[in-house]
Amino acid sequence: MAKELFTGAEIFLKSLEAEGVDEIFGYPGGVILTIYEALYNQKAIKHYLVRHEQAAVHAAEGYARVSGRPGVALVTSGPGACNTITGIANAYYDGYPLVVFTGQVGTNQIGNDAFQEADIVGITRSCCKHNYLVKDVKDLARIIKEAFYIATTGKPGPVVVDMPKDILTAKTTFNYPSEVKLVGYNPTYKGHPLQISKALKMLKEAQRPVIISGGGVLQAGAHHELTKLAEMLEIPVAHTLMGKGTFPESSPLSLGMLGMHGNYWANYAVVHADVIFAVGTRFNDRITGCLKRFARDSQVIHIDIDPCSISKNVKVDIPIVGDAKNVLSSMIDELCTKALLVDHKAKDKWLNQIEEWRKKRAIPECPSDKLSALKVIETLYEYTKPFKPIVCTEVGQHQMWCAQMFKMDEPRHFITSGGLGTMGFGFPAAMGAAVADKNALVLNIAGDGSIQMNIQELATCMDYGFKVINCVINNGYLGMVRQWQEKLYHKHYSETKISSPDFVKLAEAYGAKGIRVEKEEDIIPAIKEAMEANCSVFIDFVVENFEMVYPWVLAGQPLNKVLLSNSQEI
Amino acid sequence: MSTIHTLSILVTNEAGVLSRVVDLFSGRGYNIETLTVAPTIDRNYSRITITTFANNEAIEQVCKQLHRLIPVLKVSDLSVNEALEREVVLIKLQVKDEDVDKVLRIAEVTGAKVIDITDKIYTIQIVSDEKQIQALIELIKPYGYKEFARSGKVAISKN
Repeated sequence: MAKELFTGAEIFLKSLEAEGVDEIFGYPGGVILTIYEALYNQKAIKHYLVRHEQAAVHAAEGYARVSGRPGVALVTSGPGACNTITGIANAYYDGYPLVVFTGQVGTNQIGNDAFQEADIVGITRSCCKHNYLVKDVKDLARIIKEAFYIATTGKPGPVVVDMPKDILTAKTTFNYPSEVKLVGYNPTYKGHPLQISKALKMLKEAQRPVIISGGGVLQAGAHHELTKLAEMLEIPVAHTLMGKGTFPESSPLSLGMLGMHGNYWANYAVVHADVIFAVGTRFNDRITGCLKRFARDSQVIHIDIDPCSISKNVKVDIPIVGDAKNVLSSMIDELCTKALLVDHKAKDKWLNQIEEWRKKRAIPECPSDKLSALKVIETLYEYTKPFKPIVCTEVGQHQMWCAQMFKMDEPRHFITSGGLGTMGFGFPAAMGAAVADKNALVLNIAGDGSIQMNIQELATCMDYGFKVINCVINNGYLGMVRQWQEKLYHKHYSETKISSPDFVKLAEAYGAKGIRVEKEEDIIPAIKEAMEANCSVFIDFVVENFEMVYPWVLAGQPLNKVLLSNSQEI
Repeated sequence: MSTIHTLSILVTNEAGVLSRVVDLFSGRGYNIETLTVAPTIDRNYSRITITTFANNEAIEQVCKQLHRLIPVLKVSDLSVNEALEREVVLIKLQVKDEDVDKVLRIAEVTGAKVIDITDKIYTIQIVSDEKQIQALIELIKPYGYKEFARSGKVAISKN
């Protein structure tokens, strides 16, 4: 009997099913109509129609961040594909697994400037982990298998699959490969045993050690191992923005976030450490400050799955290429085989020193009697804490305040754009989070600038009943840029004053709920009302215009040059 | 300190691989001095040989990033090893009658070959290393060359 033949569009859906994908975000268009036709005739895969392709990719990333599974976006050729770039770049920088499927004009039209044609493989080359142009329907299933494999293994990242129109209508048999053969791609998971022993020796002998925990710990699911090791060796842990939740912030060993807007004591501990043990971080300039002055007097041990991250910015004494979970487990195993002699005297001295530094805190200053943004975020944290919310943020002052205020004990609950710093990321990511965890309380804490970059997604939320509570910290400015202008550009607020629509009316126009808060006593009632609502909500917190984020290490300054208040001279 | 590095990169022989490799250089502002590409004996793979000026840290980073590309199988920095390098150069000269002997003698001593002669146009070929090629260029310059083409280096390690 002849084998059954399927169109490329059907093979696409069957392959997604084989990968266990059941929810995707997308936007239809001319060249991928055959896929939408195939979608119409099946029930296995649920498609969410967004309002902008960029949001589809951010939503897929939000989904991936919360669920730990790869996010999938489907868009058409040309403008649809071009609109995905920011989303793809965002996932690439922060290392989250996505597979983005783009439509393409027919193979005989490629390169002819056809209607809605864009060379998306060329355009995305530098901002994705890998990409494919499918040139034969017989390759489609294999390519999809490889795309998911590459996206989810090693350092995760986005993979783009470009599918010409005629490939989607051509027919062939369907055999989903059970394994991939990629001779040039073999991520290292297991750390080198000799390096691991050397690292342990250095850590045990260290007088003033500190751990920097990054997003790689979260990706590897290594938070338990990291916590155990830190506790066994009594080493304090600072986390990066992406590493939030990888070490319980309620632990006495937690130093909280380090870096540009990190805690004074976290930065001081890193500056004065004799051994820095960095796990799954790429030493971004936002955490190192002035590179030349970073770790000048300390030895550095660095675990990373991506060899490129090692000695890229900071020169490393003991590099360990491998998966954080794997390497940290090996370290714990080795520690358990021998009697552990911690030099308590030295450790206590070090931890006491850190306690002294902990007394130095940023001094909150609200220049007028208007509602303080910090107060709003603090109240949001305190009130929602028992509900274990998934907190998404946009980018700017509110993001840093959230990173400082929200203490996280678990990973995958703080969703923010770190590396690329994408305004407009939070709301669609929150949508993806709501899809990934349908029972979670999902907050998107936003600035009045950021929220207007993807505000159209409120329509998507209403269509599918996603509940996202958007807490707009509305200070009338692009606050972070304004903060730099205030301190560094003589208070010349060039193009940073920004107007907004009436968010309450806007929410209502979409059929959502809108609440305005201008007084401190109205914060909690508003949060309660929002939580009780059965749809997405906008809370417009009208706050002070000129609050600043402190602590603040100015760009290019060493980490111990921390400003703690606005009155401090730079 | 920037020095010349010769990178030998083994890749799968498929469309778009060269642009992925070249993009890594241009994206970081490095200039590629020479570039050669051809399939290996097994036509499923190609070898790309690139020479570039960079300091050691930058080259180490470039090599790691090249490794990160999915179609890249192997990257060797041949400058750190003893390696054999060759390049093909073709030079087209319009030689005056009185200079013919001198040009032929230069070709002979530098190991170059005359591969084509038409009316007053001599084309010479040299297959050699950088030093020898440079010597030939200096010697031949005074006789006025019309066209000059060089292949870029290919290289192989000695052991």
